[in-house]
Amino acid sequence: MAAEVKAPALREFPSPTPLLPGAMEESRPYVANEKIQQTIGFPGELGEGWEKRAIDHMGTLLGKYRSLKVYMDSCVHCGACADKCHYFIGTQDPKNMPVARQDLMRSVYRRYFTLPGKLVPKLVGARDLTREVMDEWYTYFNQCSECRRCSVFCPYGIDTAEVTMAAKEILDHVGYGQKYTNEIIGKVHKIGNNLGLPGPALADTLTGLEEDTKEETGVDVRFPVDEAGAEVLLVTPSADFFAEPHVDSLIGYAKVFHAAGISWTLSSKASEAGNFGLFIGNYEQLRTIALRIREAALELGVKRIIVGECGHAWRVAYSFWNTLVGIGAGGTDPFAVQLQSQLDLRYRQPMHICEFTWDLIERGALKFDKEANDHRVVTFHDSCNVARGSRMGDHAGGQFEIPRAIIRAVANKYVEMTPDTTHEKTFCCGGGGGLLTDELLDLRVKGALPRMEALRRVADEHGVNFMAAICAICKAQFTKVLPYYGFKMNMIGGVHQLVSTAIRLDAAEH
Amino acid sequence: MSVASIVFGVLFCVATVVLLGGLALRIADYARTPAPLKIPTTPAPVTRGGVVLRMVREVVFFESLFKGSLWTWLFGWLFHASLALVLARHLRYFTEPVWGWVVLVQPLGILAGFGMVAGLAGLLVRRFAVERIRYISTPSDYLMLVLLLAIAVSGLAMKYLAPTDVVGVKKFFLGLMYFDWQPLPADGVLYLHLALVAALMIVFPFSKLLHAPGVFFSPSRNQVDNPREARHLAPWAAKLDRS
Repeated sequence: MAAEVKAPALREFPSPTPLLPGAMEESRPYVANEKIQQTIGFPGELGEGWEKRAIDHMGTLLGKYRSLKVYMDSCVHCGACADKCHYFIGTQDPKNMPVARQDLMRSVYRRYFTLPGKLVPKLVGARDLTREVMDEWYTYFNQCSECRRCSVFCPYGIDTAEVTMAAKEILDHVGYGQKYTNEIIGKVHKIGNNLGLPGPALADTLTGLEEDTKEETGVDVRFPVDEAGAEVLLVTPSADFFAEPHVDSLIGYAKVFHAAGISWTLSSKASEAGNFGLFIGNYEQLRTIALRIREAALELGVKRIIVGECGHAWRVAYSFWNTLVGIGAGGTDPFAVQLQSQLDLRYRQPMHICEFTWDLIERGALKFDKEANDHRVVTFHDSCNVARGSRMGDHAGGQFEIPRAIIRAVANKYVEMTPDTTHEKTFCCGGGGGLLTDELLDLRVKGALPRMEALRRVADEHGVNFMAAICAICKAQFTKVLPYYGFKMNMIGGVHQLVSTAIRLDAAEH
Repeated sequence: MSVASIVFGVLFCVATVVLLGGLALRIADYARTPAPLKIPTTPAPVTRGGVVLRMVREVVFFESLFKGSLWTWLFGWLFHASLALVLARHLRYFTEPVWGWVVLVQPLGILAGFGMVAGLAGLLVRRFAVERIRYISTPSDYLMLVLLLAIAVSGLAMKYLAPTDVVGVKKFFLGLMYFDWQPLPADGVLYLHLALVAALMIVFPFSKLLHAPGVFFSPSRNQVDNPREARHLAPWAAKLDRS
């Protein structure tokens, strides 16, 4: 809602950030209206007695989530996390320090759930839950993208994302939800994807892509949807269907399937990999949204489930799908066995599209003209949810190696950004966690600062002109934000966009 | 038997019960609360043995803090390592005969007293001097450091400035342990030292000192990264599959 959106100056030497208290106190997303809230089962507004309901619900969450309970108790205010958040670095608002953000909730926790907080609240920084506190929660928990960077540096592994999710769950529970995220959750239930693209429109779009690809390559690369009996169900973020540069990666996946000769299909029912239930920390929403994938897999009779380039979706798929709906292996209960006996467990379930492509490359099943990418000097932006909330391959850290290995296999010029900003220390793009909405643009631009600084360095020193990512939100966010820092918006693209450029489709005929 | 002996005898019985009982309740609570989702901060170990190693690195060397802030790590680690040695040294007041390794650790334990003071002083200065840390500090954060500093300084004072009757102190504590109450030597510095230690024991289970048990229960650190291989299901979540 800020009147003016301005990018902060890039810092020559990232130095301790001076504090600007209150700098972002006016930044908050639109509140969900009654209809949006009620569509997904939350109360429409802050009604009579909300304070008690909020505290009661906090108690419920403390009993259901060990993470929240342990994290509320364990923080010693050491400050190791304080300067690690991209939103703090970009805004200098002290309430965007992870520890200060957690303390917005911890202060209330102490007041209602601990002895010292009840006896001597001032001494331990405890406070009553008032409307002002709730507004502050809404403001600052909507300035956290749940990227988990702070948790890397915390001596107790305290993950602010868990606290933010709990706060959003409490806010939703008392009728104080966020419009952007909750409206999208409503859409995914009603239509099947976050962008509200209905089945027939999806089929049309895919036919159009087949024609475009035929024109470009001369080869009949298929984009099938709802084809029962296909080997693979591909679940990908709906932005891949028509947003730029996302669609170029979708074309890349299709070419890989074509070249490998593996039958695949999309699903109109599960036409969305994203799961915004994660962002609001609501287990039931997470599960219900994931159930669509399970149902589509059962209906289509597929043997494998592969997930496209989407950061938080891969976290949900990799880390949570087995728990939520049994997509994985090792289940012994009837619910899990029903699906897992259908899936081919010689393959990882679910599998990331990068794992799939890399396995094919390693086996020599794909051929590339690497020179086709020679106009690009490529760097790789690790997406936060992939980097710190998931894995690829068989050993820890595969999520860093596999996408890079693919890039090196399809492009000649590759440069790393500074190590403090990659791998598990990667910075969020600034648009994750349900903040990818226009009224938060000022926050998003400021939050991108640390990544933009690292990109500026490799652009100046090595001529980098393409930043590859494997996340739909990263792609959308950077497309919007790059120009504020003097970069071209088409500098951002997907790993499979690079694959698409270099892959040789004629080799598949032999 | 002096009044002070009785007061301190009762105080330490109460403090011990509060410390052990409070911690036991808290730990039981942590252990009982389910962790419904797999949330290790990745890259994370893919085996149980790997997780044990990760926890050892975290608890013994403060690996994450080392990555996060070198100064805080330096002072924090110095303080905790010194505290461990000092506690080990103090076992001699509660064991008869004194265990062999406690005898060995004695000279290091004395030195560690100064290490504690240095580490705590560093952390306290950091709280004042760094704007970010000052912003997040509550009065209890300062008080906790001051309390620990006072314990360390009063302990060192008894060693170097005003030696106390350690034989008498040992008799007093052995007496408490075996229900054969003995008088506590009359000594102001000793009274101060013991009162502060008892206060620390009493606030432990209600304060941020819960980070000590907490770190072992932190799902982002203690979970194995194997969600695709095994179905991880909390009891309350399992019910949803059956509805």
